[in-house]
Amino acid sequence: MSITQTSDAPPSRKSPFPKAAAKIATSFVVILTTLLGLMMITFTVGRMVPADPVIAVIGDQADQATYDRVYKEMGLDRPIYVQFGNYLNDVVHLDFGQSIITKQAVSKDLARVFPATIELATLATIIGAGLGIPLGVIAAVRKGTWVDHLARVVGLLGYSTPIFWLGTIVILVFYAYIGAIPPGGRIYLYDEGIVQARTNFILIDSALGGHWNVFWSALHHIIAPAVILGYASMAYLSRMTRSFMLEQLRQEYILTARAKGLGQRPIVWRHAFRNIRVQLLTVIALAYCGLLDGTVLIETVFAWPGLGSYLTSALFFADMNAVLGSVLLIGIISIAINLLSDIVYRFIDPRTR
Amino acid sequence: MAKSATFSKLHDWLISEDFTSSRQARLHSVYLGWLSLIANPLAFAGFAVVLLLIIVAALAPVITVHDPFAQDFLMALKAPSSTHWFGTDEFGRDVFSRLVYGARTTLYITILVTVIVAPIGFVIGATAGYLGGWVDVVLMRITDIFLSFPSLVLALAFSAALGPGIENAVIAIALTVWPPIARLARAETLTFRHADFVVAAELQGAGVGRILLRHIVPLCAPSIIVRLTLNMSSIILTAAGLGFLGLGAQPPMAEWGAMAASGRQYLLDAWWLTTVPGIAILTVSLAFNLLGDGLRDIMDPRNG
Repeated sequence: MSITQTSDAPPSRKSPFPKAAAKIATSFVVILTTLLGLMMITFTVGRMVPADPVIAVIGDQADQATYDRVYKEMGLDRPIYVQFGNYLNDVVHLDFGQSIITKQAVSKDLARVFPATIELATLATIIGAGLGIPLGVIAAVRKGTWVDHLARVVGLLGYSTPIFWLGTIVILVFYAYIGAIPPGGRIYLYDEGIVQARTNFILIDSALGGHWNVFWSALHHIIAPAVILGYASMAYLSRMTRSFMLEQLRQEYILTARAKGLGQRPIVWRHAFRNIRVQLLTVIALAYCGLLDGTVLIETVFAWPGLGSYLTSALFFADMNAVLGSVLLIGIISIAINLLSDIVYRFIDPRTR
Repeated sequence: MAKSATFSKLHDWLISEDFTSSRQARLHSVYLGWLSLIANPLAFAGFAVVLLLIIVAALAPVITVHDPFAQDFLMALKAPSSTHWFGTDEFGRDVFSRLVYGARTTLYITILVTVIVAPIGFVIGATAGYLGGWVDVVLMRITDIFLSFPSLVLALAFSAALGPGIENAVIAIALTVWPPIARLARAETLTFRHADFVVAAELQGAGVGRILLRHIVPLCAPSIIVRLTLNMSSIILTAAGLGFLGLGAQPPMAEWGAMAASGRQYLLDAWWLTTVPGIAILTVSLAFNLLGDGLRDIMDPRNG
């Protein structure tokens, strides 16, 4: 079957703007609409909840007059687009309402729990990239050998394993039977309150303060959840690396390098790998966003006091303000990471300039 | 002897390329696909497990000896034995029976989500790709917004709003699965958009619907089917994750994720409660991945 394609190139026209400015403007609009869409989704989800938002604030004991007053105060008598406008205004001012569980502003709660999640996801990404990328490169170079098959099996298992279950099994084996890891949490209880909070990343804070015993305690706690999450992203990264590398190794410049007598190692690392770095960066950013998914489950399993645990306990108590705040934050972080990888991409890849 | 002769005749008829009817040609390509599926042991293993899952789900009442919902507190948390192959749970229910009935839940969610998502994703993606212009921009913007959420988090938000329950879980998962399908359908449509046969159909006065259905669908189908099969694995994992957090199927319904979650409380005393359903989830999800990989090699060699 042959498909002939008629090419109709767009007519070239002179743009009043320089190209770069137009590009920046476009991506600005794209990000703005995506953010607006995110908030539209969280707003809609908030409206879909069957529970009465007024009752959630005043309790079911209040009389009708109070109910009507609060109903008006919350702006629920206004048209829906006004309500959405109010919601946008609140979000821009970082006001996500009050949490029912903690009785605190959700934004404050989020600021407290978020560093723990970032710490976990970052370490997991470092583990995943550190293992997955070399594995993918080797699998591509030795395509069809046992290394390649091993990488494939490891990758597919990583794709298919329910992460919450793996976490539970790791706790069963390594905590209950072997005793090598703590059952959960971020540090031991007796280490609580020693470290002065500067960044709220416990590994960094304890190292900065010179509390090395706390540092080791924190490392001891983070290692199991980070390795499990890292395994999931390793599976993804190794498969992507493999296919990127295969594409490069097929190119003619590799043949040229071989012909001029260059060794295998420089061909693979200095020629082929250099060319996939940019693509890899995008994929690592995607993997990082995927990890935010995994942390929700793994934090619940390991009682890791981060955004995931916060979100699931909020779900459990139907604390919708906290749920929507967390979801919105995760969405915004995803967009930010992708944007960042896009910017870095433009910086390090000369072809996009 | 006569039987194998019939088979070899059938084989010859299917393998020959001197087609006498379009039906023979169609069966020929299906048969060739089947032959290369059995030639790939991993893909065939995946196919076998999926088939087994369907059989087990269909014949659940025949396979199980115990009632999956019957509670018996005298028999609670008993280790695997000859009467209870995978032990009993905290209510004394037979874990093997619940596992078998759980296959129904898994299959129900997977199939329902796929059936909802395939047409929606295709229509949005193909319309965007075919019409182009502002329709494309708007539809793809919406798709990107849904894509920008990590899928489990979005599913969590929706099922929290809709309330727990299996139907709501299906809706929530479907909302997170359609965007990649739409993107794929758009990309596939774009490659055929200006092909001569599409232009010819347009010149003959075919409408948008007709062109999409009769000319674009058949060409996009292979890669979309491959993607849907691979997606089933992530649907199963997301469903299990929702079940694990108590947002999926509600008790006493048997669901693997929820079974693994309830077993966590008895982890040290009753390891089988968490281990067994987890292995079931892993096996089935791996099977869909292997099958999808195999199907890609057969149906969609371009993206191999």
